[in-house]
Amino acid sequence: MGPLAQAVAPSHMPIVLRPLLPELILVGTALALMLLDALRPTPDQRPFVLLSLAGVAGAAAATLSLWTWKGPGSVLGGMIAADRFAVYFRLVILAAAALGILLSSYYLDRAGEARGEYYPLLLFATAGMTLITAASDLILIFLALEILSLSLYLLTGFSFRRLASAEASMKYFLLGAFSSAFFLYGIAFAYGATGTTNLAGIATALASRVNGDALALIAVGLLAVGFSFKIAAVPFHMWTPDAYQGAPTCVTAFMSAGTKVAAFGAFLRVFGVAFLPLAHDWRAFMGVLAAISIIVGSVLAIAQTDIKRLLAYSSIAQAGFILVGLSAGTQAGIQSAMFYLAVYAGTVLGAFAVVAIASVRGEEHTALSSYAGLARRRPLLGLALTAFLLSLAGIPPMAGFIAKVSVFSAAVQAGSWPLVLIAVLASVAAAFFYIRVIVLMYMQDPAPEIEGVRIESDPAGWAAVLAPAFLTVVFGILPGLLFGLLRTASVVRF
Amino acid sequence: MQTGFVPIVILLVLAGAFGVLSLVVSWLLTPKRKVKAKLDPYECGIEPVRLPAKEQFPVKFYVVAMLFIIFDIETIFMYPWAVAYRSLGLFGLVEMIVFIGLVFVAYLFVWQKGGLEWEGPARPMGTLPASVEHTPGDRRREPAATGGA
Repeated sequence: MGPLAQAVAPSHMPIVLRPLLPELILVGTALALMLLDALRPTPDQRPFVLLSLAGVAGAAAATLSLWTWKGPGSVLGGMIAADRFAVYFRLVILAAAALGILLSSYYLDRAGEARGEYYPLLLFATAGMTLITAASDLILIFLALEILSLSLYLLTGFSFRRLASAEASMKYFLLGAFSSAFFLYGIAFAYGATGTTNLAGIATALASRVNGDALALIAVGLLAVGFSFKIAAVPFHMWTPDAYQGAPTCVTAFMSAGTKVAAFGAFLRVFGVAFLPLAHDWRAFMGVLAAISIIVGSVLAIAQTDIKRLLAYSSIAQAGFILVGLSAGTQAGIQSAMFYLAVYAGTVLGAFAVVAIASVRGEEHTALSSYAGLARRRPLLGLALTAFLLSLAGIPPMAGFIAKVSVFSAAVQAGSWPLVLIAVLASVAAAFFYIRVIVLMYMQDPAPEIEGVRIESDPAGWAAVLAPAFLTVVFGILPGLLFGLLRTASVVRF
Repeated sequence: MQTGFVPIVILLVLAGAFGVLSLVVSWLLTPKRKVKAKLDPYECGIEPVRLPAKEQFPVKFYVVAMLFIIFDIETIFMYPWAVAYRSLGLFGLVEMIVFIGLVFVAYLFVWQKGGLEWEGPARPMGTLPASVEHTPGDRRREPAATGGA
């Protein structure tokens, strides 16, 4: 046997694929859809929607079966972690993907953009997102990051006939490629400092040092910058408003929820495992990042006149709040960030779903002024958007309130009360622009040119609005449902 | 451990110095005769042609180049596999079938979508749209206003 064969021979290392089953199902479904689109082209997108939903459901079932996984903690040579942390994040992402598919079928029908490439791309992006949360090696994290990013660049530019969409795709691509370079450079430095790219290996190597050395700190900084681009934290947020506004609204809904959850999943794993020995060095850095994200996101959101841009700036501020949890550097911090992410994903996806339906066709009527009197024209739609905005503002009884409280309490326990003070003050200021939209919907008359426009919706569109709305209220009243899961899921092992 | 990087630093300095030195020396020593042929943009032996302003022209080569890379990589992976074929055994065969299968799906997709046609009908993704639609949310200026660059 040659050395190559010895390294990969099945007799030496059993190949356990089950912890990778969700991604295999997603990619398999995407390939089947590509073949279907190529060999039996049809304008009817129903088979695509049903097959993608089946793929996501299959992946979710495979993920659920991993909750009681008794095998080794990491498989495939330490590349894939088979822990409940990954299961939790995958379930959140798959739920976002399912709702994203439903919303897309609604949106693409109305916009006349239904093309076969869409659903495979969305499934590839989902596979990248779920893979990144389970990856326990920096190289695999980078690979998964590229899988999800490349698919999302294309999805952002899916309405390429619309200039704004093409422009958004271009900006997202250029800045995304830029951030990938940062990330890769960070991996190189991490390898230089510790001699491994495995997260557990990095932790072991760093724990035995008395002083954090310069190379490891450079790695921490570069990786943090790479992640900050993906989670859209200030000052690495420049692409967010343009990409979110220009992308088809269904893509915006999916990527604002999915990308942030996935990137934060990897962020929490890398910093909660590999760089935990350096926590006293990066905690302050994360705190500053969190504070400026919250302040800049909230202040700039006040000046927006377009609902998609407003939600984009809001998502920048939300990234800051989640970073508050990470900056605590404790178990409680990770747990609260995970709760926040699930709540954020549902809320922002639902809010963009309302935008997609209220826009009637494609990207019409996204100006804030078209939301005047929405609650009178479509009471249920207005009520749902109110629930989402209140949750984003962190007002009880919505889930966003519990999420903010848990993040803040974790940070206070870790002693960073100045950060919490800034965050609380900023969230008071941020409540202004959320409530302004609610006031607009309930207390103003619709503009004359929008008065007669009929908003249609179908069951798929409603599902994408009502399911997140329901969860936002339920997790606000019974947060224990989610925290029960998190008690075991927030233990990151690899 | 840091000492391992000293040769890299030396290489960086030497490479930088060589580049700067070459430019300075050629600037000092070369005669400067401004002839039209010398001032033209360098275009690999072809007479430089001014592109028609504000006119769209097809960019076909990039599709071919991208497809070439996919199949090039497939071939690159097949060489080491072929060399180690016997020692890898059934495991290697299955892995290779999966890999070639994946590339084959991509090939079928490209073929059916018309990506291999040079003068074919409009490709769904590759061709430029005849007209670009402006929507109210579009903050861009009119393309004509961006100037005849």
